[in-house]
Amino acid sequence: MSAKSPRPVDAALAREFGLTAEEYGNVLSIMGRTPTFTELGIFSVMWSEHCSYKSSRAFLKTLPTTAPWVIHGPGENAGVVDIGHGLAAIFKMESHNHPSFIEPYQGAATGVGGILRDVFTMGARPIANLNALRFGAPGNPQTRRIVDGVVRGVGGYGNCVGVPTVGGEINFHPAYDGNPLVNAMTVGVARQDRIFLSAAAGVGNPVIYVGSKTGRDGIHGATMSSSEFDEDALAKRPTVQVGDPFVEKLLIEACLELMATDAIVAIQDMGAAGLTSSSVEMAGKGGVGIDLDLDNVPQRERGMTAYEMMLSESQERMLIVLRPDRTEQARAIFDKWELDFAVIGHLTDTGNIVIRHKGEVEADIPLAPLADQAPVYHRPTAPALRPQPMEPIIDPVGVEQALIRLIGCPDLASRAWVYNQYDSTVGGQTVRRPGAADAAIVKVEDTEIGLALTTDCTPRYCRANAKLGGAQAVAEAWRNITATGARPLAVTDNLNFGSPEKPEVMGQFVDAIAGMGEACRALDFPVVSGNVSLYNETRAPDGTSQSILPTPAIGGLGVLEDVRTAVGLEMPDGCDVMLLGETKGQLGQSIWLREILGAQDGEPPELDLAAERRNGDFVRGLIQNGTIIACHDVADGGVLVAVTEMVMAGQAGCVLDAPQSGMRPEAFWFGEDQSRYVIAVRDGQALATLAAQAGVPCRRLGRSGGQGLTLPSGSTISKARLLAVHSEFFPRLMDR
Amino acid sequence: MKAAIVVFPGTNRERDMAIALRGVAGQAPTMVWHRETALPAGTDLVVLPGGFSYGDYLRCGAMAAHAPIMAAIREFAQKGGHILGVCNGFQILTEAQLLPGALLRNAALRFLSQDCFLRVERNDTPFTRHWAKGDVFRTPMAHGDGNYIASADTIRMLEDTNRVAFRYVAEDGRVDAGDPQLNPNGSMNAIAGVFSENLRICGMMPHPEDLVDPLMGGEDGKPLFTGLVEALVG
Repeated sequence: MSAKSPRPVDAALAREFGLTAEEYGNVLSIMGRTPTFTELGIFSVMWSEHCSYKSSRAFLKTLPTTAPWVIHGPGENAGVVDIGHGLAAIFKMESHNHPSFIEPYQGAATGVGGILRDVFTMGARPIANLNALRFGAPGNPQTRRIVDGVVRGVGGYGNCVGVPTVGGEINFHPAYDGNPLVNAMTVGVARQDRIFLSAAAGVGNPVIYVGSKTGRDGIHGATMSSSEFDEDALAKRPTVQVGDPFVEKLLIEACLELMATDAIVAIQDMGAAGLTSSSVEMAGKGGVGIDLDLDNVPQRERGMTAYEMMLSESQERMLIVLRPDRTEQARAIFDKWELDFAVIGHLTDTGNIVIRHKGEVEADIPLAPLADQAPVYHRPTAPALRPQPMEPIIDPVGVEQALIRLIGCPDLASRAWVYNQYDSTVGGQTVRRPGAADAAIVKVEDTEIGLALTTDCTPRYCRANAKLGGAQAVAEAWRNITATGARPLAVTDNLNFGSPEKPEVMGQFVDAIAGMGEACRALDFPVVSGNVSLYNETRAPDGTSQSILPTPAIGGLGVLEDVRTAVGLEMPDGCDVMLLGETKGQLGQSIWLREILGAQDGEPPELDLAAERRNGDFVRGLIQNGTIIACHDVADGGVLVAVTEMVMAGQAGCVLDAPQSGMRPEAFWFGEDQSRYVIAVRDGQALATLAAQAGVPCRRLGRSGGQGLTLPSGSTISKARLLAVHSEFFPRLMDR
Repeated sequence: MKAAIVVFPGTNRERDMAIALRGVAGQAPTMVWHRETALPAGTDLVVLPGGFSYGDYLRCGAMAAHAPIMAAIREFAQKGGHILGVCNGFQILTEAQLLPGALLRNAALRFLSQDCFLRVERNDTPFTRHWAKGDVFRTPMAHGDGNYIASADTIRMLEDTNRVAFRYVAEDGRVDAGDPQLNPNGSMNAIAGVFSENLRICGMMPHPEDLVDPLMGGEDGKPLFTGLVEALVG
């Protein structure tokens, strides 16, 4: 065993590495001796929150993960679902929150790179990227820097690798001031009979390292993501990795070329905790041992220690177990793409991971207890603070003024400034670009199949009622997919919360998962992959710590058997514009309440999952048979914002009737009642009859046509004015 | 028509281009790796597609201009061969000095991915014969470095000899090089594409290959490929 340790290994060092006294005690009993410096590093990253899910695992298990169309659920690098014709969609969403505050460009860029690898490592060509971004208050001086860096980073990476960025969502709230959220999602497509898994097999088989060289970047990144920020957060910049999308592009092509052969036994990307987690997980899942000789690891810097190499999070690297006689065939492919290729070890029957460096054994750890005895916590929970009840409402501005303010507000303003920096057309398969439909639509090349993709969460609902908010996020993703005509298949989740050591945060987490699970079950919309990001806190100089809003972001995927049937927001002239779903005028936690009255009060709108399913199934059927020509779900801002967005998306205007609703105008027009759709049809009467038969509440809103939006008052807002107000926010914030 | 698409490390729109060419030619183009030293026998058209060749880490296109395949492409050009360079391909053609000028960072210093309108400046070339002179068509653009620049003499020469292929314009064909809405990347004289002296090499920044199917939002880019196939099949 190597005696070279830069520091004595003891409980104090373990604490510095993020292990509790009890966890360090377990390390000692597993090892039966004091671990080496490198071994302690391996335990600390494998048992970090980021890698071990120790606070969340017990609850994640309650989520539904199966359906007849699910091929691989959670546990692999990404989720896999059957999309027909022998093809599978492979997808996952992952956070890169902490690095994105410290170094927004590289944090976001490497977030995109990491999630791409999770998908192509399973044999899929990535065909779409999406994201879910949360930033601090627009007025906070940091926000501009972070938005700028994150948007450039997402674009810089995705544009270069040539995967279109087709969708996403953005919110602003002061709770994200010191802790933005960058959640990136990748969707890929593979043949079902060519899906690659990570479980290593075959004692003696070579272990191959490919991709970029290993440097000292990102050491202990996983443990950084598992603790709160303090005022020294920016001093942690050296722990942020640096991405190289050019190498990633080469790696995608080289891996897919190798995957077309039968040379690969198992493959996994080196993500968080790099070489450690990939080797430990691959060998652990396969029930074999693994010997690595770090002298053979391609290195970017001289004099790196075993500890540094095992914990480095250098990007664009993969670990592959090959069939024994295929090494030269594989080497030739990586030579062609000018990528490093090195045999760095082999599989053994010892059940241990053994790390050698310069002739010395630097680590020798039994894999089974490293995985099985990873800590699992049932941390205490406490009920979250209930929102203030709503004050009686007096509308101070009227419908027209409120609409203008809403469509220009940070959460509803046009995102074109952002998505116009993302290449959304590369690949030539983008059927609906950002903003054109409720979900992005991407065609699967050489087929008629379309995938409908969306990311959704309403954090203000989650803060007011985490269980309802968790369910609503799932339902909204389902609704957005449905609104294009696609059949929702499955979700990936990205659970962003504050510190699990705060009982009220842990309570939010447990409640949100309960709500998500309920909605997933009710809608047959299982969770097939995901990621948890905890400790999203900012510590102020006075020692208090602020948690982010609970943000269980949902990435949804649906399928269209014939992509030509998809609809978007754009309405032709001369259609009846109808509202499907029940309107109660619920303004609690609404954007209207926040933007017009400055209040964040009340319960979020109710969610009836049976009605959700009934309304959605009705809409989908009518899109499929061509009855519905345009469709938009009703979400933030309510019905009037939905209609206005449809007007702004196309050529036709809309003339609205006076609603015979018996409720106050602001409640009718801006209430955020769930499970509703605004649709355009040729014959509203016939539609109403069909809706009545299906038990779906239906009412006419008006008729498409004209040059702008004509309100029931008779006042017309021109399309130019709507667009001007809608597109003002981002340029004003960013281009000053 | 036999088309060859050159693939450099980092090229990423080669499949888009292949789909567009296959759609009109009925024949899949050949992919040619950058390390090859010869073009496939009987090549009628060489296409340099979009992407980030060699990561664009030096100047866009600067490394690719010295790739092994480029000697064969120069020879092809000297013999009067037809070459289309789109986006990174345009940048490569300028770096290889097969076309005049250079492409700088977009004026707003941001990547731009949006639709733009192009005006066809002449239609007596294989690239533009399926349009009328003055036709305006919509096409996606997606680049960080598309701001066309050349010396005053070169610009004058290009204008005097009608070698501007396409210009960024308003939907009604109006040119205003000073308006970032109409000339989004700030190109001199709103130039979006240029021809070689013999009109057989064309470079352009936007991506007509991504708008050749109504399903993707239109067929505005298709005449470029239809014209090429007609002209080169003879």
